[in-house]
Amino acid sequence: MPVNDQLLSLACGLFLLCAVGVLWRRELTALIGLLTLQGAALAGIAVLLALDDPHPEALAVAVAVGVLKAGVLPWLLRRILARVPAARETAPLVNVAASLLAAAAMTLLAYAAARPLVDLAPAATARAAPVGLAVVLIGFFLAATRRRAVSQIVGLLLVDNGIAAVAFLATGGVPLVVELGVSADLLLAVLVLQVLTTRLQAAFGDTDLDDLRELRDR
Amino acid sequence: MAAYAVAAGQAVLVAALAPWLLGWMRAVRARLEGRAGGRFGQPWRDLRKQLRKEPITPADAGVFFVAAPPVLMATSLLIAGAAPYVSTRGPLSGVADLVVVVGLLLLGTVALALAGLDTGTAFGGMGASREMTIAALVEPTLLLAVFALSTRVGSTDLAAIVAAGAADPARVISPVGALAAAALAVAVLAESGRLPVDNPSTHLELTMVHEAMVLEYAGRDLALVEWAAAMRLSILLGLLATLFLPWGVATSLHPAALAGATALFAVKVFALGGLLAAGEVFLAKVRLFRVPELLAGSFVLGLLAVLTASVLA
Repeated sequence: MPVNDQLLSLACGLFLLCAVGVLWRRELTALIGLLTLQGAALAGIAVLLALDDPHPEALAVAVAVGVLKAGVLPWLLRRILARVPAARETAPLVNVAASLLAAAAMTLLAYAAARPLVDLAPAATARAAPVGLAVVLIGFFLAATRRRAVSQIVGLLLVDNGIAAVAFLATGGVPLVVELGVSADLLLAVLVLQVLTTRLQAAFGDTDLDDLRELRDR
Repeated sequence: MAAYAVAAGQAVLVAALAPWLLGWMRAVRARLEGRAGGRFGQPWRDLRKQLRKEPITPADAGVFFVAAPPVLMATSLLIAGAAPYVSTRGPLSGVADLVVVVGLLLLGTVALALAGLDTGTAFGGMGASREMTIAALVEPTLLLAVFALSTRVGSTDLAAIVAAGAADPARVISPVGALAAAALAVAVLAESGRLPVDNPSTHLELTMVHEAMVLEYAGRDLALVEWAAAMRLSILLGLLATLFLPWGVATSLHPAALAGATALFAVKVFALGGLLAAGEVFLAKVRLFRVPELLAGSFVLGLLAVLTASVLA
C-alpha cells in the first residue's frame, strides 16, 4: 500500500475516532478539543486528496476547510463556553455506554449502506467514504440525545464534518464556490446559535434546551 | 520435544517473573509518590510466607472454594506456556489460538467468582457479582481487538499473528494496530484489576472487586490465588507486548535466539509494567457504574479496529 493511502486511512481513522470520542466524553471543553482535532483530520484528508491531484483550487478548499473547522469554529465555541458556566453534559437522554454501542451500530449501518457506493469505484478513497456517513449519523444522534446547547451545536458540526468528508472522499473534492457557500452558511449558523445560547442563559440561567417548551408572542 | 521444553520454560519464566513485576510496579509507584516503598522481592517473600502456612477452609464452603485456587493457577500456567511469548514455535500451535486463551482466562475468572459465592459471605458475593459484570464486558473487547489483528493474517492463532508482525513491522504500526492496541490496553487494565477499574492496593469494602472474592482464603490457598493473579497481570501485559511490539520473538528453536527473546520479553513486560504504574499515579478509581462506559468505549474501539482492518486497509 502506498504511503499516501496509509496516511489517508490514518486520517479517516482519526476522523471517526474523534466522533466516537465526542460521545464518550462529558466535559464540554473536551468535546471542543475533539472537534478541533476532527477538523484537523478533515483538513488532512482534503490536503492528501489535493496532493494526489495537484490543483490550486483543491488546495485552496483544503486550506479554507482547515482554517474554518480547526480554527474559527472551535474558537467561537470556546467563546460561548466562556460565557456559559455549564462545564459538563450532566444528564444525556441516552446514557454514555448505550450511546457508544449505538455509535458502533451506526458505524456498521453506514458501512452496510455505503456498499453500493463503494462498489462504483473501489479505490482507497471511496472505500473510506462510509466513515463520513458514520460521522453524519453519530452527529445526528448527538444532537438528538444531548441537552446542553453547546453539545447540540457540536452535534450539528459533526453532521457537517461528515457531509464534507463524504463529499471529499466520494467525489474527490467540491468546487470552491460550493465550499465557500457551505462554510459561510455554517459560520452563520454557529453565530446564531451563539446568540441563542447566550439569550437562553440570560432567560433561564441554564442552557438546557428542554426548557424551551412553549412559544410566546409578545 | 524441544517445543515442549520451551513451553514449560515459558510457564516457569512467567511464574517466576510475575511477583517481581508486582514488586517493580509497586516500587515505581512508591517512588513517584515520594515514598520509600517496599523492596522488589517483597511479593515473593509474602508468597513464601503464605505457602508455609496451612490453608483454612470455612465451615460452610463447598467444592468450588477448594477447587478455585488450583484451577486459577492451572489456567494461568497453561496460558503462560501456550502463548507465543518467547517463541512462536510452541507445541500447541493450531490449538492454542486466541479463542482458547480468552476462554482459559475466563475459566479462571469464573472459578474465582464461584469461590467467592461459595462461602456465602456478603463480600464474596458482592465481589463476584462485580467481577462477572466486568468480565462480561471485557471478554468481547479482548476477542475483538485480537480479531482485528487476525483478519490480516488470516488466522486466529496467536503465534501466526506474532510471527507475521515480527516479519513485517509496517503491519503493526497502522490505524488498525493503534485502535486495537488502545482497545486491548483498556481491556487488560480491567481484566487484571488495575486502576481505574479496581484498586489493587485497597481493602476498603465498598471499592473492592478482586480482594472481596479472596477475603476468605488463607495460607497456601491465598498464596496460590495471589500468585495466579500476579501471573495473569504478566500474561496480559505479555500479550500486549508480544502482539504490538513483536520484535525479538524467536521464530526458531535456536538456543541463542531463545535466550535473546527471553531477555527481551522480560524487558518489554517490565517496561510496560513501569509505564502502567507511572500512569496509575495520575488516575483515580472510577465509580463502579462508570466502568461500563469505559469498557463500552474500548469495545467500540475494538469494533472500529475490526471494521478498519476489513474495509480500509
